[in-house]
Amino acid sequence: MPGTAVSSHAPRIRWHIVVFLAPAVLVYTAVMILPLFDTLRLALYDEVEGQRVFVGLENFRTLFGDPNWSRQFWNALANNFWFFLIHMAVQNPIGIALAAILSNPRLRFSGFYRSAIFIPTILSFVIVGFAWKLILSPIWGIAPGMLDAIGLKSLFAPWLGREETALTTLALISVWQFVGIPMMLIYAALLSIPDEILEAGECDGVTGFSAFWKIKLPLILPSIGIISILTFVANFNAFDLIYAAQGALAGPDFSSDILGTFLYRTFFGFQLQLGDPHMGSAIASAMFAVILIGVCLYLFGIQTRIRRYQL
Amino acid sequence: MTKRIFAGALLGSTLLTGIAQAQEVTLTIESWRNDDLSIWQDQIIPAFEAAHPDIKLDFTPSAPAEYNAVLNSKLDAGSAGDLITCRPFDASLALYDGGKLADLSDLDGMSNFSDVAKSGWSTDDGSATYCVPMASVIHGFIYNKDAFDELGLEEPATVDAFFAVLDAIKEDGGYIPMAMGTNDQWEAATMGYQNIGPNYWKGEEGRQALLSGEASLSDPEWVAPYEQLARWGEYLGDGFEAQTYPDSQNLFTLGRAAIYPAGSWEVSGFNTLADFEMGAFPPPVPNAGDECYISDHTDIGIGINAATEHPEAAKTFLDWVASPEFATLYANALPGFFPLSETPVEIEDPLAQEFASWRQECNSTIRSTYQILSRGTPNLENETWNASAQVIKGAETPSDAGARLQEGLASWYEPKP
Repeated sequence: MPGTAVSSHAPRIRWHIVVFLAPAVLVYTAVMILPLFDTLRLALYDEVEGQRVFVGLENFRTLFGDPNWSRQFWNALANNFWFFLIHMAVQNPIGIALAAILSNPRLRFSGFYRSAIFIPTILSFVIVGFAWKLILSPIWGIAPGMLDAIGLKSLFAPWLGREETALTTLALISVWQFVGIPMMLIYAALLSIPDEILEAGECDGVTGFSAFWKIKLPLILPSIGIISILTFVANFNAFDLIYAAQGALAGPDFSSDILGTFLYRTFFGFQLQLGDPHMGSAIASAMFAVILIGVCLYLFGIQTRIRRYQL
Repeated sequence: MTKRIFAGALLGSTLLTGIAQAQEVTLTIESWRNDDLSIWQDQIIPAFEAAHPDIKLDFTPSAPAEYNAVLNSKLDAGSAGDLITCRPFDASLALYDGGKLADLSDLDGMSNFSDVAKSGWSTDDGSATYCVPMASVIHGFIYNKDAFDELGLEEPATVDAFFAVLDAIKEDGGYIPMAMGTNDQWEAATMGYQNIGPNYWKGEEGRQALLSGEASLSDPEWVAPYEQLARWGEYLGDGFEAQTYPDSQNLFTLGRAAIYPAGSWEVSGFNTLADFEMGAFPPPVPNAGDECYISDHTDIGIGINAATEHPEAAKTFLDWVASPEFATLYANALPGFFPLSETPVEIEDPLAQEFASWRQECNSTIRSTYQILSRGTPNLENETWNASAQVIKGAETPSDAGARLQEGLASWYEPKP
């Protein structure tokens, strides 16, 4: 029988694959996977009289059932969606537009613009938060002065201190900081489009704007998809900017509270509020679930349907 | 043979130096007072080391906002220092209950402190004390004396006089009447509500009534401070909603604002920054002749990490901290932080002296939300920050704020009569 001949030659274990994968797998497991599962586990415990006891889903019942907790959670989640929406509606279209302009071969100093727009991305959140707080400060800021110079002083308001505007302002600051990332990714995608395709389009009379809409945009759609999901994950994990600009209480009146700041307050405590690692882990698990659902929706709902073109 | 003796001698000498080094102990101090780094290094530590050459101190502060989180993580990981600077009340009580802080009830130096001074670092029944009280801070208002002279104003004693002064400054237009913002929220609660409140709820009397359940936060004496705060809004600078704590400090020290609702901890910083003469007045009383109350809040203590390897050396240091020598050194190195020990201390700074003098005229109390009442969810202290800021902005009425706080407190707190 042919099968017996094969079984006597059992395939050798390819050790080199194991060896090459080991460092990444070990490091990733130690610093990412284990803590993740430990957090999920911690969410199922609580401390009763100094002892850590297993309480099942009790923490989640408190989080979603107790109005003191659920109100804060839904508020943070809603704020988080708004934060994400602003990024999708402002950051990504501007990023694509900038990339389209930069990839125009007739643009001069494009290298300079590219760097200038990308540089904020590598700045620390603390610097960005502090610098913008100063710029927008009603007392020392240059924003009121600049608006005054063009006669629009009346438009100025202490945006970061108003409930209606604080979160949107922070989202726009974050957009300013990170617009360089979609720009770079789209720029790279645009550069990879072969000239022959564009030239073939020109022969058929497709030039300028219509070339962008009809040829380039369909070709960069997969990149836009990736950028959207990266934005989603980054936004729902966001914390730094809000903490740097508004503090852990995410004022005014929790109007800029997002899941990250809510988690921080709960897990580590704040002022007289003592840290509660178990409730904190429950919130972290809820964040993980939100992100997981979002990513799955994208992977199975959108990613598989995007049409890809072989260039 | 000689070689062997020489080797033996070498070995002996290394052993001896080893022992000599082991006798010299280095104690590490955890603290959130990173502003005080130079004072510890230049004044306090040398003074202690001169008297105790076998003990070395290492002061390692972290940022105030992160201190509690950092300290808890370090204690859990076993990497925290030997001496722990203690936040008052529950943050430290939780550490003591968790076995992280050593019991100091039988420390000799403890006899230098009153029960009120120790209340910030004792168990609820007062049976054990786990930190040596270092200092308290007093609330009041610091004002620009030059501005007051220029406008012919006097220190207001009553609430009506206070608003008359604010009106006069506003009318003149040269100064922002009062420097405070609501962006950081705690300013509104700490320098606002807890500053003016004790005059209404009569200090300790009202605080104890709240603890025992006889009073509620929606009672008139607890809502009245919010009613005063609601009137503050119009006297704060343009865009105060986005004004941060450092903004307020700068507005005042640059001479652009006339009055600063303050805590005494500002004194040393303001002394170096402001180039005009400053004065201070206690929170004005509602009616002329009323008895006055001030917030004289136990703020800093220091205790021993239960896991320290050098408990004896740490106790030696704490005994020194409890001594009048340390109190005098600390009070004058850091004007505005007032020692809690019963031996009177000579304070040289005139502004700090002014604050300290109110202890004789007025009744002292601590911040109402700190003991026991901020243990549950919702956290009363955080809620008070929020409510004070909302009331000043006019986004919530004083009575709504009082009712909301009481509802939150009642949802978890069962008063113990």
